[in-house]
Amino acid sequence: MSGIAFDPCERCEEMMQPYLDRELTVVEMQEAENHLDGCLYCRRRYRFEVSLRRYIRTAANTQMPPELKAKLSQLRIELR
Amino acid sequence: MSEPTSADTRRLAQEALDRVRFEEEALELSDQVYRVARHLAASREDAEELMQETYLRAFRSWQSYTPGTNLRAWLLRILTNFNIDRGRRRQRAPQTTSLDEKGDYYLYDKLEEAEGKPLDEERVIERLSQDSIVEALSHVPHDFRDVLVLVDIGDFSYADAAQILDIPVGTVMSRLHRGRRILKGELAEEVTG
Repeated sequence: MSGIAFDPCERCEEMMQPYLDRELTVVEMQEAENHLDGCLYCRRRYRFEVSLRRYIRTAANTQMPPELKAKLSQLRIELR
Repeated sequence: MSEPTSADTRRLAQEALDRVRFEEEALELSDQVYRVARHLAASREDAEELMQETYLRAFRSWQSYTPGTNLRAWLLRILTNFNIDRGRRRQRAPQTTSLDEKGDYYLYDKLEEAEGKPLDEERVIERLSQDSIVEALSHVPHDFRDVLVLVDIGDFSYADAAQILDIPVGTVMSRLHRGRRILKGELAEEVTG
């Protein structure tokens, strides 16, 4: 990531999403963690982002209808 | 016609075995594939059509799958290709509408403003209903939604999402970034009115 922000909180905001995606380099990750350790403003937003992501994943977790599953298996048999 | 040799028989038997193994693995992944398909598609019916077409294509071209590689990503590549082609044919809702894009912390700030004090991050989430999330997701334009759904719901890495959608990693990152902001903007609107 090539950050250009000099305000440490702005820099942290830039790194937040890739940090949560585990896509930062080790050095950048350390930088983000150091900042989060000492900044309540960013830490609150970090915790919110973590919960939000978890919540979106849970909310989006729709089950496949059993009839569809059966139809998919059927496709395999029909091709033979 | 000459009699099949024992080598032919062995080869055919091996092929049949590989095919069955492929089909079973693909079917085992169907719940996970559906979870992504459901949010890439506009409706449940659409998602079902996507799934059936994907599995039909997968079963037909199983030999082009390289065993040992990421089968879930392979299936989703078929699915997203079909979905994108279908979208073009139907000329789905134009993507050029100007998007009112908010900052990364917009949703947090809006919720905090509504609460009038710093947020209890866990509790405030409860204000968002499952339906509101599904609804908000469906409002994200599909270029952004494809990436968002693959990474945030399907748990794919940036690199996997890039391969599935056949776009550069940099594009994945920028669409993801915008997609998340759009989603948060939609959610903020729903909770705060």
